Amino acid sequence: MRDSRWQEYRFAYLLIIPSLVLLSGIILYPILDNFVISLYKYDLTKPWFRPFVALGNYQDLIHNPEFWASVGRAAYFTAASVSLEVILGLAIALFLNMQFPGRGILKTLVILPWAVPTVVSAIMWKWIFDANYGALNGLLLQLGVINQYQAWLTRPITAMNLIVAADVWHQTPFVVFIFLAALTTIPDALYEAARVDGAGALRSFQRITLPLLRPAFLIVFVVRTMEAFRVFDLIYVMTGGGPANATQVVTYYTYVSTFSYLHLGDGAAQSFLVSAFILVLSVAYIKLLGSQVEY
Amino acid sequence: MLASVVLVAFIIGPYLWLIISSISSTSELTSVPPHWIPTQPTLAKFQQLITPDITGLSETAQMFKFAMLNSAIVSVTVTVITLVVGALSAYAFARLNFPGRSQILMGIIATRMLPAISTMISLYVVLKKLNLLDTRAGLVALYLSFTLPFAIWILSGFFQTIPKELEEAARIDGTSHLGALFRVVLPLSAPGLVSAGIFIFMAAWDEFFFPLIFTSTYAAKPVPVAISEFAGRHAIDYAAMAAGGVVASIPPVLLAFIFQRYIITGLTSGGVKG
Repeated sequence: MRDSRWQEYRFAYLLIIPSLVLLSGIILYPILDNFVISLYKYDLTKPWFRPFVALGNYQDLIHNPEFWASVGRAAYFTAASVSLEVILGLAIALFLNMQFPGRGILKTLVILPWAVPTVVSAIMWKWIFDANYGALNGLLLQLGVINQYQAWLTRPITAMNLIVAADVWHQTPFVVFIFLAALTTIPDALYEAARVDGAGALRSFQRITLPLLRPAFLIVFVVRTMEAFRVFDLIYVMTGGGPANATQVVTYYTYVSTFSYLHLGDGAAQSFLVSAFILVLSVAYIKLLGSQVEY
Repeated sequence: MLASVVLVAFIIGPYLWLIISSISSTSELTSVPPHWIPTQPTLAKFQQLITPDITGLSETAQMFKFAMLNSAIVSVTVTVITLVVGALSAYAFARLNFPGRSQILMGIIATRMLPAISTMISLYVVLKKLNLLDTRAGLVALYLSFTLPFAIWILSGFFQTIPKELEEAARIDGTSHLGALFRVVLPLSAPGLVSAGIFIFMAAWDEFFFPLIFTSTYAAKPVPVAISEFAGRHAIDYAAMAAGGVVASIPPVLLAFIFQRYIITGLTSGGVKG
Protein backbone atom coordinates (compact mmCIF):
# COMPACT_ATOMS: atom_id res chain seq x y z
CA MET A 1 0.00 0.00 0.00
CA ARG A 2 2.83 2.36 1.01
CA ASP A 3 4.54 1.43 -2.21
CA SER A 4 1.59 2.35 -4.36
CA ARG A 5 1.31 5.70 -2.61
CA TRP A 6 4.93 6.53 -3.39
CA GLN A 7 4.29 5.40 -6.93
CA GLU A 8 1.41 7.81 -7.18
CA TYR A 9 3.55 10.71 -5.87
CA ARG A 10 6.31 9.90 -8.29
CA PHE A 11 3.92 9.62 -11.21
CA ALA A 12 2.21 12.90 -10.27
CA TYR A 13 5.48 14.82 -10.08
CA LEU A 14 6.55 13.31 -13.38
CA LEU A 15 3.38 14.66 -14.97
CA ILE A 16 3.70 18.17 -13.59
CA ILE A 17 7.46 18.59 -14.09
CA PRO A 18 7.25 19.77 -17.72
CA SER A 19 4.79 22.51 -16.74
CA LEU A 20 6.75 23.48 -13.67
CA VAL A 21 10.02 23.75 -15.59
CA LEU A 22 8.40 25.87 -18.29
CA LEU A 23 6.52 28.11 -15.87
CA SER A 24 9.59 28.58 -13.68
CA GLY A 25 11.46 29.88 -16.71
CA ILE A 26 8.77 32.11 -18.18
CA ILE A 27 6.90 33.30 -15.08
CA LEU A 28 8.54 32.56 -11.74
CA TYR A 29 12.08 33.67 -12.60
CA PRO A 30 10.99 36.85 -14.46
CA ILE A 31 8.67 37.82 -11.59
CA LEU A 32 11.37 37.38 -8.95
CA ASP A 33 13.89 39.17 -11.14
CA ASN A 34 11.39 41.96 -11.71
CA PHE A 35 10.87 42.29 -7.97
CA VAL A 36 14.62 42.69 -7.50
CA ILE A 37 14.64 45.33 -10.27
CA SER A 38 11.83 47.17 -8.47
CA LEU A 39 14.15 47.63 -5.47
CA TYR A 40 16.70 49.61 -7.51
CA LYS A 41 16.64 53.01 -9.13
CA TYR A 42 17.35 51.61 -12.57
CA ASP A 43 17.19 53.84 -15.64
CA LEU A 44 18.47 52.45 -18.91
CA THR A 45 19.40 56.00 -19.85
CA LYS A 46 21.94 55.90 -16.99
CA PRO A 47 22.85 52.20 -16.72
CA TRP A 48 26.07 52.92 -14.82
CA PHE A 49 24.14 54.46 -11.92
CA ARG A 50 22.00 51.82 -10.24
CA PRO A 51 21.57 52.45 -6.51
CA PHE A 52 19.66 50.09 -4.24
CA VAL A 53 16.64 52.00 -2.90
CA ALA A 54 14.70 49.17 -1.19
CA LEU A 55 11.03 50.19 -1.33
CA GLY A 56 11.94 53.69 -2.51
CA ASN A 57 10.33 53.23 -5.93
CA TYR A 58 7.08 52.17 -4.28
CA GLN A 59 7.21 55.19 -1.96
CA ASP A 60 7.82 57.50 -4.92
CA LEU A 61 4.84 56.01 -6.73
CA ILE A 62 2.55 56.46 -3.75
CA HIS A 63 3.41 60.17 -3.83
CA ASN A 64 3.23 60.43 -7.62
CA PRO A 65 0.01 62.19 -8.72
CA GLU A 66 0.50 61.13 -12.35
CA PHE A 67 0.51 57.48 -11.32
CA TRP A 68 -2.66 57.91 -9.26
CA ALA A 69 -4.31 59.78 -12.11
CA SER A 70 -3.61 56.79 -14.37
CA VAL A 71 -4.98 54.41 -11.71
CA GLY A 72 -8.07 56.63 -11.52
CA ARG A 73 -8.53 56.41 -15.30
CA ALA A 74 -8.23 52.64 -15.19
CA ALA A 75 -10.75 52.57 -12.34
CA TYR A 76 -13.14 54.75 -14.34
CA PHE A 77 -12.70 52.59 -17.43
CA THR A 78 -13.28 49.44 -15.37
CA ALA A 79 -16.32 50.75 -13.51
CA ALA A 80 -17.95 52.12 -16.66
CA SER A 81 -17.27 49.18 -18.96
CA VAL A 82 -17.94 46.40 -16.44
CA SER A 83 -21.21 47.89 -15.22
CA LEU A 84 -22.44 48.53 -18.77
CA GLU A 85 -21.41 45.02 -19.80
CA VAL A 86 -23.21 43.47 -16.84
CA ILE A 87 -26.43 45.44 -17.40
CA LEU A 88 -26.45 44.94 -21.15
CA GLY A 89 -25.26 41.32 -20.90
CA LEU A 90 -27.98 40.47 -18.38
CA ALA A 91 -30.66 42.15 -20.50
CA ILE A 92 -29.57 40.30 -23.64
CA ALA A 93 -29.32 36.98 -21.76
CA LEU A 94 -32.85 37.41 -20.33
CA PHE A 95 -34.09 38.25 -23.81
CA LEU A 96 -32.39 35.26 -25.43
CA ASN A 97 -33.75 33.02 -22.68
CA MET A 98 -37.29 33.68 -23.92
CA GLN A 99 -38.97 31.70 -26.68
CA PHE A 100 -39.40 33.58 -29.96
CA PRO A 101 -38.81 32.96 -33.66
CA GLY A 102 -35.22 33.61 -34.72
CA ARG A 103 -33.83 33.02 -31.22
CA GLY A 104 -31.44 30.30 -32.43
CA ILE A 105 -29.86 32.55 -35.06
CA LEU A 106 -29.52 35.40 -32.58
CA LYS A 107 -27.83 33.15 -30.04
CA THR A 108 -25.34 32.12 -32.72
CA LEU A 109 -24.69 35.68 -33.87
CA VAL A 110 -24.11 37.05 -30.38
CA ILE A 111 -20.66 35.44 -30.25
CA LEU A 112 -19.35 37.53 -33.18
CA PRO A 113 -18.00 40.61 -31.33
CA TRP A 114 -16.20 38.41 -28.82
CA ALA A 115 -14.56 36.34 -31.59
CA VAL A 116 -13.24 39.36 -33.48
CA PRO A 117 -9.61 39.92 -32.36
CA THR A 118 -9.21 42.81 -29.91
CA VAL A 119 -6.91 44.79 -32.18
CA VAL A 120 -9.29 44.36 -35.14
CA SER A 121 -12.11 45.61 -32.95
CA ALA A 122 -9.91 48.55 -31.98
CA ILE A 123 -9.11 49.62 -35.56
CA MET A 124 -12.76 49.08 -36.50
CA TRP A 125 -13.97 51.51 -33.81
CA LYS A 126 -11.15 53.93 -34.49
CA TRP A 127 -12.32 53.99 -38.11
CA ILE A 128 -15.97 54.41 -37.10
CA PHE A 129 -15.09 57.31 -34.77
CA ASP A 130 -12.74 58.90 -37.34
CA ALA A 131 -12.90 62.71 -37.31
CA ASN A 132 -12.81 63.17 -41.10
CA TYR A 133 -14.52 60.15 -42.65
CA GLY A 134 -15.97 58.16 -39.72
CA ALA A 135 -19.30 56.34 -39.93
CA LEU A 136 -20.47 57.81 -36.61
CA ASN A 137 -20.05 61.33 -37.96
CA GLY A 138 -21.77 60.37 -41.24
CA LEU A 139 -24.69 58.76 -39.43
CA LEU A 140 -25.22 61.56 -36.91
CA LEU A 141 -24.97 64.17 -39.66
CA GLN A 142 -27.59 62.40 -41.76
CA LEU A 143 -29.86 62.06 -38.73
CA GLY A 144 -29.43 65.76 -38.04
CA VAL A 145 -27.95 65.23 -34.57
CA ILE A 146 -24.79 67.16 -35.43
CA ASN A 147 -24.32 69.78 -38.11
CA GLN A 148 -20.62 69.20 -38.69
CA TYR A 149 -18.15 66.36 -38.22
CA GLN A 150 -16.71 66.00 -34.71
CA ALA A 151 -13.23 64.91 -33.57
CA TRP A 152 -14.51 62.26 -31.17
CA LEU A 153 -11.24 60.62 -30.21
CA THR A 154 -9.17 63.76 -29.81
CA ARG A 155 -11.43 65.33 -27.18
CA PRO A 156 -10.70 64.20 -23.61
CA ILE A 157 -14.30 63.63 -22.49
CA THR A 158 -15.53 61.67 -25.49
CA ALA A 159 -12.31 59.73 -26.06
CA MET A 160 -12.43 57.69 -22.85
CA ASN A 161 -16.16 57.00 -23.11
CA LEU A 162 -15.91 55.87 -26.71
CA ILE A 163 -13.13 53.43 -25.77
CA VAL A 164 -15.52 52.14 -23.11
CA ALA A 165 -18.14 51.71 -25.86
CA ALA A 166 -15.68 49.72 -27.98
CA ASP A 167 -14.89 47.49 -25.01
CA VAL A 168 -18.60 46.99 -24.27
CA TRP A 169 -19.20 45.85 -27.85
CA HIS A 170 -16.27 43.43 -27.72
CA GLN A 171 -16.83 41.91 -24.26
CA THR A 172 -20.60 41.84 -23.70
CA PRO A 173 -21.03 38.45 -25.47
CA PHE A 174 -18.87 36.82 -22.79
CA VAL A 175 -21.20 38.18 -20.11
CA VAL A 176 -24.26 37.06 -22.11
CA PHE A 177 -23.01 33.48 -22.29
CA ILE A 178 -22.24 33.26 -18.57
CA PHE A 179 -25.69 34.59 -17.65
CA LEU A 180 -27.48 32.53 -20.29
CA ALA A 181 -25.89 29.33 -18.99
CA ALA A 182 -26.88 30.21 -15.43
CA LEU A 183 -30.44 31.08 -16.51
CA THR A 184 -30.98 27.72 -18.20
CA THR A 185 -30.19 25.92 -14.92
CA ILE A 186 -33.05 27.65 -13.07
CA PRO A 187 -35.98 25.20 -13.04
CA ASP A 188 -39.24 26.51 -14.54
CA ALA A 189 -41.08 24.98 -11.60
CA LEU A 190 -39.74 27.76 -9.35
CA TYR A 191 -41.33 30.42 -11.52
CA GLU A 192 -44.60 28.49 -11.72
CA ALA A 193 -44.72 28.14 -7.94
CA ALA A 194 -44.14 31.89 -7.62
CA ARG A 195 -46.92 32.59 -10.11
CA VAL A 196 -49.31 30.33 -8.18
CA ASP A 197 -48.42 32.30 -5.05
CA GLY A 198 -49.42 35.46 -6.89
CA ALA A 199 -45.94 36.92 -7.49
CA GLY A 200 -45.59 39.21 -10.51
CA ALA A 201 -42.80 39.08 -13.07
CA LEU A 202 -40.74 41.74 -11.31
CA ARG A 203 -41.05 40.03 -7.96
CA SER A 204 -40.02 36.64 -9.24
CA PHE A 205 -37.08 38.30 -11.02
CA GLN A 206 -35.99 39.86 -7.72
CA ARG A 207 -36.65 36.82 -5.58
CA ILE A 208 -35.72 33.94 -7.89
CA THR A 209 -33.63 35.05 -10.86
CA LEU A 210 -31.24 37.52 -9.23
CA PRO A 211 -30.33 35.36 -6.18
CA LEU A 212 -29.76 32.29 -8.36
CA LEU A 213 -27.56 34.31 -10.70
CA ARG A 214 -25.23 35.25 -7.85
CA PRO A 215 -22.44 32.81 -8.87
CA ALA A 216 -22.66 34.09 -12.45
CA PHE A 217 -22.37 37.68 -11.20
CA LEU A 218 -19.28 36.73 -9.22
CA ILE A 219 -17.59 35.15 -12.24
CA VAL A 220 -18.44 38.05 -14.51
CA PHE A 221 -17.27 40.70 -12.05
CA VAL A 222 -14.00 38.99 -11.20
CA VAL A 223 -13.00 38.04 -14.75
CA ARG A 224 -14.08 41.29 -16.39
CA THR A 225 -12.60 43.52 -13.68
CA MET A 226 -9.25 41.76 -13.89
CA GLU A 227 -9.19 42.24 -17.64
CA ALA A 228 -10.62 45.76 -17.78
CA PHE A 229 -8.23 47.11 -15.17
CA ARG A 230 -5.35 45.96 -17.38
CA VAL A 231 -6.79 47.36 -20.63
CA PHE A 232 -4.00 48.13 -23.07
CA ASP A 233 -4.64 47.06 -26.68
CA LEU A 234 -7.70 49.29 -27.20
CA ILE A 235 -5.93 52.31 -25.73
CA TYR A 236 -2.72 51.75 -27.68
CA VAL A 237 -4.53 51.49 -31.02
CA MET A 238 -7.37 53.97 -30.56
CA THR A 239 -5.73 56.93 -28.80
CA GLY A 240 -2.19 56.05 -27.72
CA GLY A 241 -3.06 57.37 -24.26
CA GLY A 242 -4.11 60.78 -25.61
CA PRO A 243 -5.53 63.34 -25.96
CA ALA A 244 -3.48 65.11 -23.28
CA ASN A 245 -3.16 61.81 -21.35
CA ALA A 246 -6.95 61.61 -20.98
CA THR A 247 -6.93 57.87 -21.76
CA GLN A 248 -3.57 57.03 -20.19
CA VAL A 249 -4.66 54.13 -17.96
CA VAL A 250 -2.26 52.53 -15.52
CA THR A 251 -0.93 49.74 -17.79
CA TYR A 252 -0.30 52.31 -20.50
CA TYR A 253 1.48 54.55 -17.98
CA THR A 254 3.64 51.58 -16.94
CA TYR A 255 4.33 50.79 -20.59
CA VAL A 256 5.46 54.37 -21.24
CA SER A 257 7.65 54.59 -18.10
CA THR A 258 9.25 51.24 -18.89
CA PHE A 259 9.67 51.24 -22.64
CA SER A 260 9.75 54.94 -23.58
CA TYR A 261 11.44 56.55 -20.56
CA LEU A 262 13.29 53.30 -19.73
CA HIS A 263 12.70 53.74 -15.99
CA LEU A 264 12.87 50.02 -15.35
CA GLY A 265 12.82 50.22 -11.55
CA ASP A 266 9.72 52.44 -11.50
CA GLY A 267 7.99 50.32 -14.14
CA ALA A 268 8.63 47.15 -12.17
CA ALA A 269 7.24 48.69 -8.98
CA GLN A 270 4.16 49.86 -10.90
CA SER A 271 3.47 46.42 -12.29
CA PHE A 272 3.44 44.96 -8.78
CA LEU A 273 1.14 47.67 -7.48
CA VAL A 274 -1.26 46.91 -10.35
CA SER A 275 -1.24 43.22 -9.40
CA ALA A 276 -1.95 44.20 -5.81
CA PHE A 277 -4.95 46.31 -6.85
CA ILE A 278 -6.34 43.43 -8.89
CA LEU A 279 -5.84 41.00 -6.02
CA VAL A 280 -7.63 43.33 -3.57
CA LEU A 281 -10.54 43.84 -5.98
CA SER A 282 -10.93 40.08 -6.58
CA VAL A 283 -10.90 39.32 -2.86
CA ALA A 284 -13.45 42.09 -2.26
CA TYR A 285 -15.79 40.62 -4.86
CA ILE A 286 -15.47 37.14 -3.43
CA LYS A 287 -16.21 38.45 0.07
CA LEU A 288 -19.17 40.47 -1.22
CA LEU A 289 -20.77 37.98 -3.55
CA GLY A 290 -19.25 34.65 -2.69
CA SER A 291 -20.47 34.29 0.88
CA GLN A 292 -23.74 32.62 -0.02
CA VAL A 293 -22.68 30.65 -3.05
CA GLU A 294 -23.38 26.99 -2.53
CA TYR A 295 -21.77 25.58 -5.66
CA MET B 1 -39.28 41.93 -32.76
CA LEU B 2 -37.96 45.45 -32.27
CA ALA B 3 -35.60 44.14 -29.60
CA SER B 4 -34.25 41.58 -32.07
CA VAL B 5 -33.58 44.25 -34.68
CA VAL B 6 -31.80 46.50 -32.17
CA LEU B 7 -29.73 43.57 -30.92
CA VAL B 8 -28.70 42.50 -34.42
CA ALA B 9 -27.79 46.08 -35.31
CA PHE B 10 -25.65 46.36 -32.17
CA ILE B 11 -23.86 43.06 -32.77
CA ILE B 12 -23.41 43.14 -36.52
CA GLY B 13 -23.65 46.81 -37.47
CA PRO B 14 -20.08 47.88 -36.65
CA TYR B 15 -18.54 44.74 -38.12
CA LEU B 16 -20.69 44.98 -41.24
CA TRP B 17 -19.29 48.47 -41.75
CA LEU B 18 -15.77 47.03 -41.57
CA ILE B 19 -16.69 44.50 -44.26
CA ILE B 20 -18.33 47.18 -46.44
CA SER B 21 -15.28 49.41 -45.99
CA SER B 22 -13.02 46.58 -47.13
CA ILE B 23 -14.84 46.27 -50.48
CA SER B 24 -15.27 50.02 -51.06
CA SER B 25 -13.02 52.32 -53.03
CA THR B 26 -11.20 55.04 -51.13
CA SER B 27 -13.20 57.78 -52.84
CA GLU B 28 -16.50 56.29 -51.69
CA LEU B 29 -15.23 55.93 -48.12
CA THR B 30 -13.90 59.47 -47.94
CA SER B 31 -17.00 61.20 -49.26
CA VAL B 32 -19.10 63.08 -46.71
CA PRO B 33 -21.28 61.38 -45.62
CA PRO B 34 -19.81 58.04 -46.69
CA HIS B 35 -21.52 55.82 -49.26
CA TRP B 36 -23.14 53.23 -47.00
CA ILE B 37 -23.52 50.84 -49.92
CA PRO B 38 -20.62 50.97 -52.35
CA THR B 39 -21.68 51.63 -55.93
CA GLN B 40 -18.66 49.73 -57.24
CA PRO B 41 -17.74 47.02 -54.76
CA THR B 42 -14.26 45.61 -55.33
CA LEU B 43 -12.11 42.84 -53.93
CA ALA B 44 -8.95 44.67 -54.98
CA LYS B 45 -7.75 45.25 -51.41
CA PHE B 46 -8.00 41.56 -50.60
CA GLN B 47 -6.10 40.71 -53.76
CA GLN B 48 -3.38 43.17 -52.80
CA LEU B 49 -3.02 41.51 -49.40
CA ILE B 50 -2.23 38.13 -50.93
CA THR B 51 -0.45 38.92 -54.19
CA PRO B 52 3.30 39.34 -53.80
CA ASP B 53 5.18 42.55 -54.47
CA ILE B 54 2.79 45.10 -55.82
CA THR B 55 4.55 48.42 -55.95
CA GLY B 56 3.05 51.44 -54.28
CA LEU B 57 1.56 49.55 -51.34
CA SER B 58 2.45 50.33 -47.75
CA GLU B 59 4.94 47.96 -46.10
CA THR B 60 2.19 46.67 -43.82
CA ALA B 61 0.00 45.69 -46.76
CA GLN B 62 2.94 44.09 -48.55
CA MET B 63 3.98 42.07 -45.53
CA PHE B 64 0.51 41.19 -44.28
CA LYS B 65 0.63 37.64 -45.64
CA PHE B 66 3.82 37.00 -43.67
CA ALA B 67 2.10 38.27 -40.55
CA MET B 68 -0.75 35.81 -41.20
CA LEU B 69 1.79 33.02 -41.61
CA ASN B 70 3.60 34.00 -38.39
CA SER B 71 0.32 34.11 -36.49
CA ALA B 72 -0.79 30.74 -37.85
CA ILE B 73 2.50 28.98 -37.05
CA VAL B 74 2.84 30.51 -33.59
CA SER B 75 -0.82 29.98 -32.61
CA VAL B 76 -0.94 26.35 -33.75
CA THR B 77 2.39 25.50 -32.08
CA VAL B 78 1.35 27.16 -28.83
CA THR B 79 -1.97 25.30 -28.89
CA VAL B 80 -0.37 21.88 -29.40
CA ILE B 81 2.36 22.34 -26.78
CA THR B 82 -0.07 23.81 -24.25
CA LEU B 83 -2.58 20.98 -24.69
CA VAL B 84 0.01 18.21 -24.33
CA VAL B 85 1.96 19.67 -21.41
CA GLY B 86 -1.16 21.14 -19.80
CA ALA B 87 -3.23 17.95 -20.00
CA LEU B 88 -0.53 15.88 -18.25
CA SER B 89 -0.33 18.37 -15.36
CA ALA B 90 -4.07 18.89 -15.20
CA TYR B 91 -4.57 15.14 -14.82
CA ALA B 92 -2.16 15.07 -11.88
CA PHE B 93 -3.91 18.03 -10.21
CA ALA B 94 -7.40 16.63 -10.83
CA ARG B 95 -6.84 12.97 -9.97
CA LEU B 96 -3.66 12.21 -8.07
CA ASN B 97 -2.74 12.86 -4.48
CA PHE B 98 0.66 14.29 -3.78
CA PRO B 99 2.19 16.69 -1.27
CA GLY B 100 1.82 20.34 -2.32
CA ARG B 101 -0.92 19.60 -4.85
CA SER B 102 -3.36 22.39 -4.01
CA GLN B 103 -0.61 24.93 -3.18
CA ILE B 104 1.10 24.43 -6.55
CA LEU B 105 -2.22 24.60 -8.40
CA MET B 106 -3.20 27.79 -6.57
CA GLY B 107 0.19 29.28 -7.40
CA ILE B 108 -0.23 28.48 -11.08
CA ILE B 109 -3.76 29.92 -11.22
CA ALA B 110 -2.71 33.04 -9.29
CA THR B 111 -0.24 33.96 -12.07
CA ARG B 112 -3.29 34.94 -14.12
CA MET B 113 -3.65 38.03 -11.95
CA LEU B 114 -0.25 39.39 -12.92
CA PRO B 115 -0.13 41.95 -15.69
CA ALA B 116 2.07 40.78 -18.57
CA ILE B 117 4.33 43.77 -18.15
CA SER B 118 5.60 42.45 -14.82
CA THR B 119 7.54 39.69 -16.59
CA MET B 120 8.59 41.58 -19.70
CA ILE B 121 11.81 43.27 -18.66
CA SER B 122 13.47 40.07 -17.46
CA LEU B 123 12.11 38.05 -20.37
CA TYR B 124 13.52 40.63 -22.76
CA VAL B 125 17.00 40.20 -21.29
CA VAL B 126 16.74 36.39 -21.30
CA LEU B 127 15.41 36.16 -24.86
CA LYS B 128 18.10 38.52 -26.04
CA LYS B 129 20.78 36.27 -24.53
CA LEU B 130 19.22 33.23 -26.19
CA ASN B 131 18.97 35.05 -29.55
CA LEU B 132 15.20 34.58 -29.50
CA LEU B 133 14.14 38.20 -29.95
CA ASP B 134 12.06 38.70 -33.09
CA THR B 135 11.63 34.95 -33.66
CA ARG B 136 8.53 32.77 -33.77
CA ALA B 137 10.11 30.36 -31.26
CA GLY B 138 10.51 33.25 -28.84
CA LEU B 139 6.84 34.19 -29.23
CA VAL B 140 5.80 30.57 -28.59
CA ALA B 141 7.75 30.58 -25.32
CA LEU B 142 6.23 33.92 -24.28
CA TYR B 143 2.66 32.91 -25.11
CA LEU B 144 2.98 29.73 -23.04
CA SER B 145 3.24 31.97 -19.98
CA PHE B 146 -0.49 32.77 -20.23
CA THR B 147 -1.85 29.75 -22.13
CA LEU B 148 -0.35 27.07 -19.88
CA PRO B 149 -1.79 28.27 -16.54
CA PHE B 150 -5.14 28.74 -18.27
CA ALA B 151 -5.06 25.22 -19.77
CA ILE B 152 -4.09 23.58 -16.47
CA TRP B 153 -6.96 25.39 -14.77
CA ILE B 154 -9.63 24.63 -17.35
CA LEU B 155 -8.55 21.03 -18.03
CA SER B 156 -8.29 20.01 -14.38
CA GLY B 157 -11.87 21.26 -14.08
CA PHE B 158 -12.93 19.07 -16.99
CA PHE B 159 -11.05 16.01 -15.72
CA GLN B 160 -12.80 16.28 -12.35
CA THR B 161 -16.16 15.88 -14.07
CA ILE B 162 -15.20 12.42 -15.45
CA PRO B 163 -16.63 9.82 -13.05
CA LYS B 164 -13.81 8.34 -11.00
CA GLU B 165 -15.47 4.91 -11.10
CA LEU B 166 -14.76 4.55 -14.80
CA GLU B 167 -11.08 5.11 -14.18
CA GLU B 168 -11.04 2.81 -11.16
CA ALA B 169 -12.65 0.06 -13.19
CA ALA B 170 -9.86 0.36 -15.74
CA ARG B 171 -7.25 0.38 -12.94
CA ILE B 172 -8.69 -2.81 -11.45
CA ASP B 173 -8.42 -4.41 -14.87
CA GLY B 174 -4.69 -3.80 -14.57
CA THR B 175 -4.31 -0.58 -16.54
CA SER B 176 -1.64 1.81 -15.28
CA HIS B 177 -2.35 5.44 -14.33
CA LEU B 178 -0.95 6.50 -17.68
CA GLY B 179 -3.12 3.91 -19.47
CA ALA B 180 -6.20 5.14 -17.63
CA LEU B 181 -5.35 8.71 -18.62
CA PHE B 182 -5.03 7.85 -22.29
CA ARG B 183 -7.80 5.24 -22.59
CA VAL B 184 -10.44 6.60 -20.23
CA VAL B 185 -9.94 10.20 -19.17
CA LEU B 186 -8.70 11.81 -22.38
CA PRO B 187 -11.32 10.28 -24.74
CA LEU B 188 -14.10 11.20 -22.32
CA SER B 189 -12.85 14.75 -22.00
CA ALA B 190 -12.51 15.28 -25.74
CA PRO B 191 -15.07 18.12 -25.65
CA GLY B 192 -13.03 19.78 -22.90
CA LEU B 193 -9.84 19.42 -24.91
CA VAL B 194 -11.50 20.89 -28.01
CA SER B 195 -12.84 23.82 -26.06
CA ALA B 196 -9.51 24.44 -24.29
CA GLY B 197 -7.74 24.20 -27.66
CA ILE B 198 -10.02 26.81 -29.20
CA PHE B 199 -9.54 29.20 -26.29
CA ILE B 200 -5.78 28.79 -26.46
CA PHE B 201 -5.67 29.30 -30.22
CA MET B 202 -7.89 32.38 -29.99
CA ALA B 203 -5.86 33.86 -27.14
CA ALA B 204 -2.62 33.29 -29.07
CA TRP B 205 -4.12 34.77 -32.24
CA ASP B 206 -5.33 37.79 -30.24
CA GLU B 207 -2.11 38.51 -28.34
CA PHE B 208 -0.76 41.99 -28.92
CA PHE B 209 1.37 43.20 -26.00
CA PHE B 210 4.13 40.55 -26.11
CA PRO B 211 4.77 40.76 -29.87
CA LEU B 212 4.59 44.56 -29.73
CA ILE B 213 7.67 44.50 -27.50
CA PHE B 214 9.39 41.35 -28.72
CA THR B 215 9.13 41.52 -32.52
CA SER B 216 10.55 44.13 -34.85
CA THR B 217 10.41 42.62 -38.35
CA TYR B 218 8.11 40.38 -40.35
CA ALA B 219 10.34 37.44 -39.47
CA ALA B 220 8.02 37.07 -36.48
CA LYS B 221 5.55 39.98 -36.40
CA PRO B 222 2.02 38.54 -36.03
CA VAL B 223 -1.30 39.85 -37.33
CA PRO B 224 -2.39 42.06 -34.38
CA VAL B 225 0.84 44.07 -34.55
CA ALA B 226 0.56 44.35 -38.35
CA ILE B 227 -3.05 45.55 -38.02
CA SER B 228 -2.09 48.17 -35.45
CA GLU B 229 0.50 49.51 -37.90
CA PHE B 230 -2.18 50.10 -40.52
CA ALA B 231 -3.86 52.48 -38.09
CA GLY B 232 -0.66 54.14 -36.95
CA ARG B 233 0.26 55.70 -40.30
CA HIS B 234 -0.37 59.29 -41.22
CA ALA B 235 -1.94 58.59 -44.61
CA ILE B 236 -4.13 55.63 -43.73
CA ASP B 237 -5.41 53.42 -46.53
CA TYR B 238 -8.77 52.83 -44.83
CA ALA B 239 -9.97 50.17 -47.23
CA ALA B 240 -6.73 48.19 -46.94
CA MET B 241 -6.88 48.44 -43.16
CA ALA B 242 -10.47 47.20 -43.19
CA ALA B 243 -9.56 44.32 -45.52
CA GLY B 244 -6.71 43.36 -43.18
CA GLY B 245 -9.10 43.43 -40.24
CA VAL B 246 -11.60 41.21 -42.02
CA VAL B 247 -8.93 38.68 -43.02
CA ALA B 248 -7.45 38.68 -39.50
CA SER B 249 -10.81 37.89 -37.95
CA ILE B 250 -11.67 35.01 -40.30
CA PRO B 251 -9.89 32.23 -38.32
CA PRO B 252 -11.26 33.08 -34.85
CA VAL B 253 -14.75 33.96 -36.13
CA LEU B 254 -15.02 30.71 -38.08
CA LEU B 255 -13.82 28.72 -35.07
CA ALA B 256 -16.31 30.52 -32.85
CA PHE B 257 -19.26 29.79 -35.12
CA ILE B 258 -18.31 26.16 -35.83
CA PHE B 259 -17.42 25.23 -32.26
CA GLN B 260 -19.84 27.54 -30.47
CA ARG B 261 -21.22 24.73 -28.30
CA TYR B 262 -17.74 23.79 -27.08
CA ILE B 263 -16.86 27.39 -26.37
CA ILE B 264 -19.97 27.87 -24.27
CA THR B 265 -19.35 24.67 -22.30
CA GLY B 266 -15.80 25.84 -21.76
CA LEU B 267 -16.87 29.28 -20.58
CA THR B 268 -19.51 28.00 -18.28
CA SER B 269 -18.23 24.73 -16.82
CA GLY B 270 -14.54 23.98 -16.66
CA GLY B 271 -13.32 27.42 -17.53
CA VAL B 272 -14.95 29.58 -14.98
CA LYS B 273 -15.74 27.23 -12.12
CA GLY B 274 -12.50 28.32 -10.49
